[in-house]
Order: sequence, then C-alpha cells, then structure tokens
Amino acid sequence: MSVLFVLVPLAILLVAVFVGAYVWSSRTGQFDDLITPAMRALHDEPVNGEAQHNPDSAPR
Amino acid sequence: MSSTATAEVPLLTVAAQLTCAHCGLEASPGEARRVDGTLYCCAGCETAASIIRQSGLSGFYALPDKRNSRVEASGRSYAEFDHEAFQATHVRATPNGLAEVSLYLEGVHCASCVWLVERVPMIVPGAVRAELDVTRGVARLEWDPQATALSTLARALDQLGYRPHAFRGQRADDARRAEERAMLTRIGVAGAIAGNVMTIALALYSGFFSGMEREFETYFRWLSFALVTPALLWPGRIFFTSAWQAVKNGGLHMDVPIALALAVGYLQGAFNTWRNEGPIYFDAVGTLIFLLLVGRYLQHRAQRSAADSAALLGALSPATARVVEGAEVHEIPTEAVLPGMLLDVRAGDTLAADGTVERGVSSMDLALLTGESRPVSVFEGERVYAGTVNLSAPIRVRVDEAGSLSRLGRLLRDVEDGARQRPPVVLLADRLAGYFIAVVLMLAVVTAAIWWERDHSLALDHAIALLVVTCPCALAMATPLSFTVAIGRAAKRGILIKGAHALEALNGKGTLFLDKTGTLTEGRMVLESFEGDATVRPLVLALEQHSRHPVAAAVASAWADLLVPEASEVRETLGGGMSGRVMGREVVVGRPEWVHAQIAREPQGEPVTPFNEASDLEPRLTPVLIAVDGAIVARAGFGDPLRREATSAVRALQRAGWDVRLLSGDASAVVRSVADALGIAAERAEGGASPERKREVVVAARANGTVVMVGDGVNDAAAISAATVGIAVRGGAEASMAAADVYLARGGIGALQELMDGARRTTGIIQRNMLLALGYNAMGVSLAMMGAIDPLFAAILMPLSSLTVVIGAWQGKTFARSRA
Repeated sequence: MSVLFVLVPLAILLVAVFVGAYVWSSRTGQFDDLITPAMRALHDEPVNGEAQHNPDSAPR
Repeated sequence: MSSTATAEVPLLTVAAQLTCAHCGLEASPGEARRVDGTLYCCAGCETAASIIRQSGLSGFYALPDKRNSRVEASGRSYAEFDHEAFQATHVRATPNGLAEVSLYLEGVHCASCVWLVERVPMIVPGAVRAELDVTRGVARLEWDPQATALSTLARALDQLGYRPHAFRGQRADDARRAEERAMLTRIGVAGAIAGNVMTIALALYSGFFSGMEREFETYFRWLSFALVTPALLWPGRIFFTSAWQAVKNGGLHMDVPIALALAVGYLQGAFNTWRNEGPIYFDAVGTLIFLLLVGRYLQHRAQRSAADSAALLGALSPATARVVEGAEVHEIPTEAVLPGMLLDVRAGDTLAADGTVERGVSSMDLALLTGESRPVSVFEGERVYAGTVNLSAPIRVRVDEAGSLSRLGRLLRDVEDGARQRPPVVLLADRLAGYFIAVVLMLAVVTAAIWWERDHSLALDHAIALLVVTCPCALAMATPLSFTVAIGRAAKRGILIKGAHALEALNGKGTLFLDKTGTLTEGRMVLESFEGDATVRPLVLALEQHSRHPVAAAVASAWADLLVPEASEVRETLGGGMSGRVMGREVVVGRPEWVHAQIAREPQGEPVTPFNEASDLEPRLTPVLIAVDGAIVARAGFGDPLRREATSAVRALQRAGWDVRLLSGDASAVVRSVADALGIAAERAEGGASPERKREVVVAARANGTVVMVGDGVNDAAAISAATVGIAVRGGAEASMAAADVYLARGGIGALQELMDGARRTTGIIQRNMLLALGYNAMGVSLAMMGAIDPLFAAILMPLSSLTVVIGAWQGKTFARSRA
C-alpha cells in the first residue's frame, strides 16, 4: 500500500495541471461566449485571417 | 447598387408563395424585383445579394437558416466613424499596427448572420478580422487603417442589413466580463479541490469504520490540509473579504457567519492535523466553498448591471448630425455638435440636439420623450428635442442645447441617478444574518460553559463543532437558488426579471403606478362610436385607404365588410385630416377644427343630413368629423379601449394591498375617465405628466415604502429607474426596458398579476426553505451541545441540508412551469 505515497501526489500533480489549464482558459475568455462558436463550427469555409479579396475566387 | 440589371416585374398575377431569394420572406407584388431570374423582395435584399455573390460568398445561401427579415440599408455614409472624436473614444490600436473597434449590430440573430458578418474581410479589402458575439449582437472588427477606412466597413455591414452603431457600453461590459471570468475561475478551482478532498475523506471515513494504519491516516490528513489550504486562500477568500467589509461598515449579512464557520472549521482542522488527533473538517470546508460559489454565480447570472441602461439610452440619440456651414452640409459626430450650430434635419432623421426650428414645417414623432404616439406638427420658431424623429419634411434647426444638457441627456442622467439612489432592498436572508450569528455564538458559549464543568479539554472541541455544523450553507443557498429557479420559470412565461431584489420587493405592499397605454388599454386605436348618417361610411373608407394614420387603420378594421369605392383628388393634411372626391361627392374627414375650416373655405351644395354636434362625446374618445359636400354629416369617436381583464386585475391588486394609481402622459380627461372605469379614485389618477414629473411623483411616493412603476415608453424610463421596482411592458422602448427590473414580454395587466402572484409564492418558498435549513441547523446544534457530533455526521448533515434546499427550490410552485 505504500505505493500510495507516490501515486496520490502524482494524481494531485495531474489535477494541478488540469486546474491550471482551466484557469488559463477561463482567464483568456474561452467561456465568454458559449453560443456563437457553436454556430461557427458548422460553417466549413476559411474564416478569419484567410480572407481572399479576389471576387472571382472561391464560390464553393 | 447594380440597378442597371433591375427590371420590375408586375407580379399581381402570381400572388401565391413567391419568396425572396435573400431573406426568405414573401415578396409583395409592389416592391418585388427580379434580377437574372432571381426574385428579391426589395432593393435592400437585392444589393446585399449582389455584394455576397461578387465577393464569392454564395455559400451563404446553402446555410440552413434564412435571414427572415428584409434588408433595410440606411444608405448612410458613416463618415463620422472616421472622425477624430469617434476614433479617439471607440477605436483601439492593436500591437501589430492594426485598428480594432467594437460595433453593435442591429439584426444579428442566427448562424448565417455569424457566417456573413465574419466574412466581411472577404468583402472589404483591408479588413483583417471580424468576430461576432451573436447573443449580444456585438462585433469586433480589426482592420488595417492604411488600407481602408472604418466607414467603408460600416457601409458594407449596413448594405448587408446589419446596421452598425457605436458600442457605447464598452467599459461596463469589460468590467462585467472580467467579473464573470474571475467567478468561473474560482468555481473551477474550488470544485476541483472539493472533489479531491472528498475522495480523500472517503478513504478516511472507510478507515474510520474498518480500520486503517496510523501512518496512512496521518498522511491523508496532511494531504487534505495541503489541498484545502489553497481553496480557502484563493476562491474562498471572497467570503472573508466580504464579511470583513460588512463588519467594518457595521452591517451584517450571510457572509459573516459563513466566514466564521469556514475559518473556525479550517483552523480547528489544521490544529487537529498538527497534533494528529480529533476531527478535521476539511472536506466540509472544501464542499461549502464550492457550493456557495456556485450559488453566487447563478445569482450573478440572473442579474444585469444597471450600467446597461445608460449605454442603451445613449444609443437613442443618433451618431451623427448634419451641420450647415455656409453653403455646405457636413456630417459630424453628435459629440461634436455645439449650441449655435445650424443643423439640417432630413425627413426620417433623428434629431441630435435640442433646438429651434429656423426653416421649414414638418411633423415630429415625439414618442421617445412624451410617449405620445401621434405625430405632432412643428412650425418655424418652435422648439424641438433631441431623440425625436422628423417625419415628413426637411427642416433647419438652430441648436440650443446639445449633449448631456439636452432634454434627452438630462433624462438619461435621471435614469442613472435613479438607479444609483434607489433604496436597496435588503434580502430577508441578510436581515436574518445578524440574529443568526448572535444565536449561534451564544449557543457556542453555552456549550463551552456546560462542558467546562465536566471536561475542560472537550469544552472547546464541542463549541467549535457547533460553530462548524451551523454554517449557514443551506440558509445562504435557499435565497439565491429559489430566486434563480423562479426567475428562470418566469422567463419562459414571458416575464423577464433582472434581479432577485425585485421579486422580494414585489411581495411587499406599497404604491403601484400604472401607465395607461399598453398596460390597461389595448394600445391601438379602435372606432368606438359612430353617430350620424351611416350611408357615408364607404366614402370615409375610400379616403382613409390612402392614409397610414392610426385612424385609417381603425376604420379599415371596423368596416372590413364594406365595399370600397374609388376616391380621387385625395389629399392628406398633417395634423388635420383627409379630403377628396368619392362617387362625385366632396368628402372631408378629420379633426373638428380643421374640418370646420375646410367647409367654411369652400361652401358648396345643400346639406345632406345635417348632424347636430351639440351632444358631448365621451372625453376619452378622440372625435373625427365627417363632412360631405360642405356639410357635417357624422362624427366618429376613436379611442384606445380598455383591456377586458383590466378592471378585475386592478381590483385583485387592490385587494392584495397595493395602492393602485395612474400616472400617464396622456390628457387628464382621458386618464380620469380610464380611472373611473377601473374604479380608481380620481385623486389617484394623474394625467399630462411629463417624464420629469413622473419621476418626481415616484420619488415622492418612495417615502411611504415600496414603489412599483409600470410603464412602456422612454418617457417612463426615469420614473421606472427611480422606483423600488420598475416594470417595463412589451412594445416599449428599449431604454425603458433597460431601466426596468422586470420586463413583461406579454402585454397587458394579466402578466403583471402573474408576476405579483409569482413573487408572493417565491417568497413563500424561500421562507419554507429557510425553515428547513434552520431545522437542520437546530438538529446539528442540539447534537453538538450533547457532544454527540462527529466529523462524519457533519459531513453528511451539511450536504444533506443543502440538497433538501435545492430540491425545495426546484419543486416550489412559483410561476407556472410552461407557457399557458
């Protein structure tokens, strides 16, 4: 049973990593808008930053 | 606009089911246009569609949901978006040399709106990024100021049907967002810790029953200590800071006993960990922090900050004004309008400042300020106000007061002041907190004293166990949970409640001010009486067909079964009435004075059936005279009829203990007759009240306790925000909605009654829940005093009491569960 002295701290370390990830994501605003990204996911074309300005290009 | 390709096709022959290729709405024959074999309902949709095609975005039409509203581009230049004053306040520079702005877009609501708005970079060269938050309707745009101007972006959005506005609530919005992020972070951290401490506690408890080696027990105790410490210091800190604030200010609320229990439990646990015996309360402490934070977050979500209201009202004044300088007209931002300037106000424009009409005659829609929906004529030399809409003809206005000194600006400030000075509603839970703490501390002392006699070492242990076990977790959750559930249910029934305090205040008794229109009356004009020669009705109908006045609509719906003859030489005079020739006879319909003036000017022919005007019309009704061939033959009375349920509802409210009063901007005679019909004493009804007067009345009434104001227009906004609870009714202006604590999406007094009943029941449930929580506490206290409490019992009792309260809140019948 003395393996617990190693395993439990390891588990807690893992918890710390996930909590850290969660804190990062909530602080950077990943949970600010829970509606729009869900709509965006259904659109299957290049969105921001990949704009093409040529009017003749790219109608699917 | 590619109007060269446009050909207007008469579509009268195929009226059935022709829908616009862009918005999906039925195309009406008058406005529909066909381009290259595709049908559009209007020019706006056609333009939007051609932009979309040219930018290679035809994929838009493959998306599942349609726009469902016509594209109505304003066609404005948005030149003010490039003005220095605008750029200084709204535009931020990004680190990579780009510019960024947040704009509020009208009409975004669906997935395809998101799709289209975020593809603006493909339409406007130089735009780099567009991101839309569809729930708030706010788009963040990033563009290269070297390559394009913000006005170009704005015009593109406008042409697509999403009219952009400066987003003025940025700062309040940022603050709220930061607050929400911090709350979520705290909940996440507290939740993770609580879960892990509980797992360890499980091991400890099973060890307690089935035996465990000493070294493991010590190990687990230290582990829980290590885990719970950050939970207390980080997410749990807010309880201590808020409790400290309360103690410092001399007021007590629920956070004080919570902080006390948390601190005592933690310290005792830490001490017992160190000396390696006695109970540790770490699992209870961790769970409490987590549950309380969740309750608090729910409550926060259900509330909206009052800061919104000011931002929304600000959006009511237009972003620009057209200034006449010499022979030229410039468009400048509203912020830059100064007294003395001469403004050019086109028909359809909203006035940007208060001023005097210098040239031109027009009619204005003053609904924003007065709540009066009928247009009012203005002439040279008359005063006009910011926020009102010029309806018919261009006028020139010399600015007297601008910005925050204008009448709208002052009204706006009243709204903000009202929200700030509003007496806070102290929730029942917080009023209880003081007594609660006193009783618990006293009991702890008594316990310690009793046990001191028997065993000195146990006295402190039992007193501390009592303090921990009486942590008012359930008590603190009873209120927010019940409110949150009630607010959620009410929302499904079309009653939007912004804060818990509104529900609690509505349970009490006090003064209830009702605005007439929209609440007590139908809010539309109806033909209520017709005296005189009935055979002239078709003639009137023929004329009124050509008008969009509310009277015309009332006539059309009242006489829907009559055949309509043709009318010629139809003329409509603003603020007067209509005249024309029908079946060879001269017909004049309109306001009595105007009709008299008309027939006096051109007397002709013999009277048909002279109508005796001597009899009085009910003061509630607006009279309209009908003259045929120079003689008055009939009189029609138009009114805004009372809703059927109004009388009984007012009675019910009065029985419930409310002092029901009327406070309206309508003419006093009208208000009095409505009051009479409802059984409200004449001295309790006030008519002709300006927005400022309404606010005064409400503030004065606050001296006698709770004041509820029900209204719908912007003219009510200041009064609504000054009242203890402000209620806005459907169809009202957005500003009154923002200032209100409750918004009734269903019109009529029925919803108001439901709200009152719901508030009463919610309070009842909260009291029941509190009793339950107190019952658990009493049980814990008696056990602790007997010295029979152990940590396992505490660990079971506390979540159990919280669970009971959660179920109680959920099961409670507050508002009916589904739409009726």
